[in-house]
Amino acid sequence: MALDQSFVGRTYPPTDPYEVGREKIREFAEAVGDTHPAYIDPEAAKALGYSDVIAPPTFVFSITFKAAGQVVRDPQLGLDYSRVVHGDQKFAYRRPVRAGDRLTVTSTIEAIKSMAGNDIVDVRGEVHDEAGEHVVTAWTKLVARAAEEG
Amino acid sequence: MTAKISYDDVEVGTELPARSFGVTRATLVQYAGASGDFNPIHWNEKFAKEVGLPDVIAHGMFTMAEAVRVVTDWVGDPGAVVEYGVRFTRPVVVPNDEQGATIEVSGKIGAKLDDHTVRVDLTATSGGQKVLGMSRAVVRLA
Repeated sequence: MALDQSFVGRTYPPTDPYEVGREKIREFAEAVGDTHPAYIDPEAAKALGYSDVIAPPTFVFSITFKAAGQVVRDPQLGLDYSRVVHGDQKFAYRRPVRAGDRLTVTSTIEAIKSMAGNDIVDVRGEVHDEAGEHVVTAWTKLVARAAEEG
Repeated sequence: MTAKISYDDVEVGTELPARSFGVTRATLVQYAGASGDFNPIHWNEKFAKEVGLPDVIAHGMFTMAEAVRVVTDWVGDPGAVVEYGVRFTRPVVVPNDEQGATIEVSGKIGAKLDDHTVRVDLTATSGGQKVLGMSRAVVRLA
């Protein structure tokens, strides 16, 4: 069933702040096998000009995807979450995420399409820090695959 | 930011050092915990097959995280990445054995842009198949 086009442009309320911790960054960096010193050693991060350790580029997805859950699980939109797969992902960074950041995400539905029975929803997540400064924007394309026949 | 590569030293077509990254079931469990993505298609073979997948598959975001390492290791400063996007075209299938799967990543300069930035076009394959499409990073050089 095609999704309601009137949801295009809808913006959801900002999330509660997510506080980025040094040890969470370290845990993520270790999980992707990338122990770049800027991710784990505050002194190495300072040598590159950052006030504390920075996060790998894709770290912020955990935060923006949780925020996109507001969209995915909006009963009025009616997306079949059990059939959702990740189509595309893009980030545009104003600066890297760093330890100590308190980040909020504001999610907006940018587009809704229906192709070959698949429902495709584009969600933009704007990430801001505690001072209200823009940090990164994440674009996530979600594809709810068509239900099988019968 | 302190990139160790100079804008003036690269040209369109310049290749970045290629890398290969291993991924086993244990890697996926660790990534699930660190990222908070506990979708069972990434650790439960029975579930994965029930939803029509050949076997357990890697998180797309795991593959995306590995691919950009070709860029961040080359430039030296991970904070120099100003844009990064991919399309998830094919899953990385991870068998339940010691070897798991391998993700091969290469990159080259696709364009020189304004403000000392360049676009790096990345290619990621596993088992000889492309797993990412439109994989591009914009990075600021010295």
